[in-house]
Amino acid sequence: MTPILFACAAGAGALGRFALAQVVCSWQALLVANTVGSGLLGVVLASELDPRWLTVLDTGLCGALTTYSSFAWELRREGWRFATWYAPLTIACAAGAASLGAGF
Amino acid sequence: MNVGWRVPIAVAVGGAAGAGARWLAGESFDVEPGAFPTATLIVNLLGCLLIGVAAGRVHRDSLAWALLVTGVLGGFTTMSAFARELNDLVDADRTGLMAVYLGATFTGGLLALLAAERVAEAWPP
Repeated sequence: MTPILFACAAGAGALGRFALAQVVCSWQALLVANTVGSGLLGVVLASELDPRWLTVLDTGLCGALTTYSSFAWELRREGWRFATWYAPLTIACAAGAASLGAGF
Repeated sequence: MNVGWRVPIAVAVGGAAGAGARWLAGESFDVEPGAFPTATLIVNLLGCLLIGVAAGRVHRDSLAWALLVTGVLGGFTTMSAFARELNDLVDADRTGLMAVYLGATFTGGLLALLAAERVAEAWPP
């Protein structure tokens, strides 16, 4: 049962990230997805769920909603000047949201 | 390019497959909290390498890009686990290791992407 729920959660996470990119431009969508996903991960980890649900929500939903490869690609595509503010901003937002979420 | 409803389906299916692969990678490494997160590092570096290949070979408005990049690689690589591991290393008083992890992911990811993109573009079709 867990693999099926996992696939649904991961599919939903990836779809969420895709849907955001239809509404705002790609770097904004990535920043929002990475921040929200990291914050959600903090909440999930702090909630003491059953380990199977933890895998579904943490590795599946939050993992698929957030992405590192597209983040690196965005830095490459937008150029190094963009990278100097976007990279620290993303990492600070993600780490900050994860820590805020854990304290939620 | 009008691919309609096939794009979101490709993204969801690819995302599930990519996240599934990361799940398997995590299971086979089984890293303890506060230790160096080898599994996530390998997954994210491999994902950056592959997005470099895709950038050199796959058209960006295609269904293949939606499936492989937005879906598979997006689901495979992760920012949430990376962020949480940075926090865990700080909480475990291992700030030095956190800096190494951050530097290795960031620099390694960009170098892997750039190198793979070059090779993929230079490779004959």
